[in-house]
Amino acid sequence: MLTQHRQTWLERIYLPEVLRGLSVTVHHFTRNLSLHIAHAAGLKKNVPAAVTIPYPDVPADLMPRFRGMHRLTRKANGTVACTACLCCETACPCHAIDIVPEAVDDRAIEKRPKSFEIDLSKCSFCGFCVEACPVDAIRMDTGIFDVAMDSRAGLVWGREALMGNEQGEGMEVYPPIDREDLAPRAREVSRS
Amino acid sequence: MTGEFVIAIVKTIVAVSTLMTLAALLTWAERKQSAVMQDRIGANRAAILGFRAIGLFHIIADAIKMMTKEDFVPPFANRFIHSLAPFLAIFPAIVAFAAIPMGDTVTLFGHTVEMRLAPMNIGFLFIFAMASVTVYAIVLGGWSSNNRFAMLGAMRAAGQMISYELALGLAVVGSVMVYGTLDLMEIARAQTGLFAGFLPNWGIIYQPLGFLLLITASIAETKRAPFDIPEAESEIIGCFLEYSGMKFGMFFMAEFVTTVVVAGLVSTLYFGGYQVPYLMADGFHLPFGLFLVTPAALVPWLQFGAFWIKVVFFCWLLLTIRWTLPRFRYDQLMHLGWKILLPLALFNVAATGAWILAAA
Ligand code: SF4
Ligand code: SF4
Repeated sequence: MLTQHRQTWLERIYLPEVLRGLSVTVHHFTRNLSLHIAHAAGLKKNVPAAVTIPYPDVPADLMPRFRGMHRLTRKANGTVACTACLCCETACPCHAIDIVPEAVDDRAIEKRPKSFEIDLSKCSFCGFCVEACPVDAIRMDTGIFDVAMDSRAGLVWGREALMGNEQGEGMEVYPPIDREDLAPRAREVSRS
Repeated sequence: MTGEFVIAIVKTIVAVSTLMTLAALLTWAERKQSAVMQDRIGANRAAILGFRAIGLFHIIADAIKMMTKEDFVPPFANRFIHSLAPFLAIFPAIVAFAAIPMGDTVTLFGHTVEMRLAPMNIGFLFIFAMASVTVYAIVLGGWSSNNRFAMLGAMRAAGQMISYELALGLAVVGSVMVYGTLDLMEIARAQTGLFAGFLPNWGIIYQPLGFLLLITASIAETKRAPFDIPEAESEIIGCFLEYSGMKFGMFFMAEFVTTVVVAGLVSTLYFGGYQVPYLMADGFHLPFGLFLVTPAALVPWLQFGAFWIKVVFFCWLLLTIRWTLPRFRYDQLMHLGWKILLPLALFNVAATGAWILAAA
């Protein structure tokens, strides 16, 4: 049962509580301000004055399981691992994936994506496509999340871009990824 | 005659530019101080030639943004009143400062200059009259926007400001009784000397309750948290919902100018105004017989500096309160205004009267 906290008389006259709140904020203010000043003077660099990560200046700390931009993995011979089974396209709740399969003569493959497009303007980064893929052909471990474009067309990433083979519009941030480079770019989070 | 005219113009330019600069700096201080209080860094991205100047350029960036934004007047809104409201908000805030003394009289080039924009003996009444005008800005702004939410926000805001003006007015009656004048300059002059031999003879000693009441009610007058119901951006949007560009900027600046004016008023009434502790006309009279000679010509400028230091301190205090306390609910606000502040203010008046009678 939820019991309500009955305010004491001191709490109800409000002023002592206001002063208590002010003492907390003023303590933070003086502590952080003196740390900022000390930092400017080159002292106490190991004590942070703010918890802010100055993100574009320093890379963001990502959890290892962070779902970033998708990529298509490769087979050992470097060709795309995707078999165009359309599982991911079916699983996608946002209809963000558009795959056009094509038949190949190779009996070992039979089918591969002729085009594989992810429309990031629809994608909700839920990761269902990764779960759905039976052959581990699509992953979201690039750690890339800062994809901003000045056109909608630039948000549709094609097969080669997802494999890291070409730089699409506004894709300077996207590094080429090969089969060996399966380790996530996301770094271990150091929380002290 | 011309000399007085020139002096009046120079005084006005100096005082208004100081006031506006301080108000502009407060927009920066608001961001940076809240950031420092909340373990953040705060706005620091605006840079000129890669030089960031701890975020100070955000003032310029803000001004450019406000001026270049589209000035949107909603369809079917009353264009004249919609444009009038922001002026009604910022104009009284600026002119209210005229009654606040920034220093004692100085003699400059053979003229006696009073360091206050408008020598008037009804300082209080003038400030409160001007504070009342801002209610019109809010009501007209909300009403002329042709928007129900703006209208509702304006009604609430008007309710708040009218309720707190009562407490505000009554809170200073105590000081008026103690000093027997409505002239802020006289009140500041009366706070010279020492109390009980070692304390500065400041108004807070005579009117501690009045100080608490005034600062509470005047935060409500500046329309800032915990009394920011006029804006209340997270619940019902307040009276300047339909304002954009520099018209919104004027409402925004009015808040900060009012903060400076309130800081000036509080320091004048309760913290000696321009008085420097222990400084007399000939030098510092420290307790225990210590004496420090200061050139007589320097004294008014020390006092001028002391006034602005006090103002900056109270601006800081008001910002700290604004970033510490959450907003009152509307019923709590009314409860506080009518059932707590008003009786306390009346009690303060009665107690001050009794004390004066007993002392006489
Ligand atoms: S992450 Fe989710 S929304 Fe995005 S493509 Fe994969 S399944 Fe679709
Ligand atoms: S589920 Fe995997 S193999 Fe199937 S189409 Fe999608 S990426 Fe290709």
